[in-house]
Amino acid sequence: MNAVVEARALRKTFGELVAVDDLSFTIASGECFGILGPNGAGKTSTVRMVYGFSPLTAGTLAVFGLDVTRHPRAVKARIGVCQQENNLDPELTLLQNLLVFARYFNIPAQEAERRSRELLAFMALDSREKSRVPEVSGGLLRRLAIARALLNRPELLILDEPTTGLDPQSRHQVWERLEELRADGLSILLTTHNMDEASRLCDRLIIMDGGRLLVEGKPAELVLRHVGRHILEIADPPEGLSELLKERSISYESFGHRIIISTGDGSDLYREVSERFCGSGCIMRMATLEDVFLRLTGRGLRE
Amino acid sequence: MRIYPPISGRFLRVWQRNLTVYRQSWKISFIPPLLEPLFYLLAFGAGLSGLIGSVRYQGEEISYVRFIAPALIAITIMNSAFFENTYSSFVRMYYYKTFDAMMATPLTVEEIIAGEILWGATKSVIATAIMMAVISLFGLIRYPEGLLLLPLAFLGGLAFGAAGMVCTAVTPNIELFNLPVFLFITPMFLFSGTFFPIDNLPLWAQKTAAFLPLANLVDLSRSFTNGRIDASILSCGGYLAAFASVACPLAIRKMRRRLIK
Repeated sequence: MNAVVEARALRKTFGELVAVDDLSFTIASGECFGILGPNGAGKTSTVRMVYGFSPLTAGTLAVFGLDVTRHPRAVKARIGVCQQENNLDPELTLLQNLLVFARYFNIPAQEAERRSRELLAFMALDSREKSRVPEVSGGLLRRLAIARALLNRPELLILDEPTTGLDPQSRHQVWERLEELRADGLSILLTTHNMDEASRLCDRLIIMDGGRLLVEGKPAELVLRHVGRHILEIADPPEGLSELLKERSISYESFGHRIIISTGDGSDLYREVSERFCGSGCIMRMATLEDVFLRLTGRGLRE
Repeated sequence: MRIYPPISGRFLRVWQRNLTVYRQSWKISFIPPLLEPLFYLLAFGAGLSGLIGSVRYQGEEISYVRFIAPALIAITIMNSAFFENTYSSFVRMYYYKTFDAMMATPLTVEEIIAGEILWGATKSVIATAIMMAVISLFGLIRYPEGLLLLPLAFLGGLAFGAAGMVCTAVTPNIELFNLPVFLFITPMFLFSGTFFPIDNLPLWAQKTAAFLPLANLVDLSRSFTNGRIDASILSCGGYLAAFASVACPLAIRKMRRRLIK
């Protein structure tokens, strides 16, 4: 396997706070790798170390086989980064944003102009090239940020929560573009807490919480392994239901007004429960990554 | 995570980014250094000159306007770089997050800050050139010696820009720039032999004033404007160069501490 990123026992602390703790993972070439976790899980701290923004507290980190600590400039030249916060240049137009950024990579002016126009077209921004950053919408800016991250023809694209705060239309547009890039063989490292995004884009992912790795695997496998195939959700559980489940030693999670049962093939149970206990407040659905996520990271609020 | 060499020619890319932005609004940016000397020369020249007449400077009687014109240039050199590398750099760093974006590219923090300070010095040179054009119309600059004002603006810009950048590296918010402006810039503006000769001050104050960077800059500016090139330019120039060569690395070190998380 040709590893693009190889992280071993990564650790990052800020004073007393341990942001990333003993984290190891490998990203293969051409793979879209996701880092999932609730707010404050250490996702951003992790990717910042990968793109050479933050020094490691401990551990080793190789990108393209190069030690990031010793060769940050060489590594950064081959990475494209779309940071979480919008840091496009508000004093420049959309086109100028790309042209000026290309200079940081020492891309010659003519080539920069060619690539910038190409990327504006790819991201469907070409009609707005003369607009200024403060004049355009959030979705448009995110597309520009991704275009900017592609200027240096990166071998690894790092996206830190690329669709947070976008409306569904913009989100889907970003996903489609990322799928195209993935299909072209670009390696992608993505952080997100959007489970649809992770299921749709990631070949493989890790879920982390409190700076530590919880699980690693392919999205569908993780769902099967940690939740099962189906989920029965029963709203306002009627009396007698929990007794029945206990009697048959079916494990379930109770949240007061809602009972969640994960099963392999739940259709018999579903039929029985819906006939005996409830009419409309009872649904059976496919288990999703969100179920895995919530089971592993808990339902408590963060921050 | 140190990159060797920490500063490559790439730092010019940061400077170039600021130039690109400046060129979009140069017509507006041109106005202050064009009008400011006119206002001052009018107020002090026409208004105060009548009261003051002439000033004794280095054993010579010179008109008050001739006395303050070089000081106005020195003040502009100081202000252009200092305000560029405090308020403007802070806005880029803190509000626009331009530095964060740059740090995801092959640019190092050292290059970003060096490019910013170089830009501050460039602003001093641009403003000086415009002021020289205006002041020359009144016949107050002697050429060719006066052309030395341009490299002087660059050196002074580096010194005051770097001092401003140190403030930017340590200030928690933009309002607190009032502090260095009030404690550092304003006293220098008043007591550096700008509007009256330092000799008029009590002896202790004279000795203190001699160590103010602006006092050295004003002396040099007067020498060049009046075409009086003597040994004193070595000590004043050396002082400014020393100030810049301490402030620049200090600004970079403090900025590393602020930006690298």
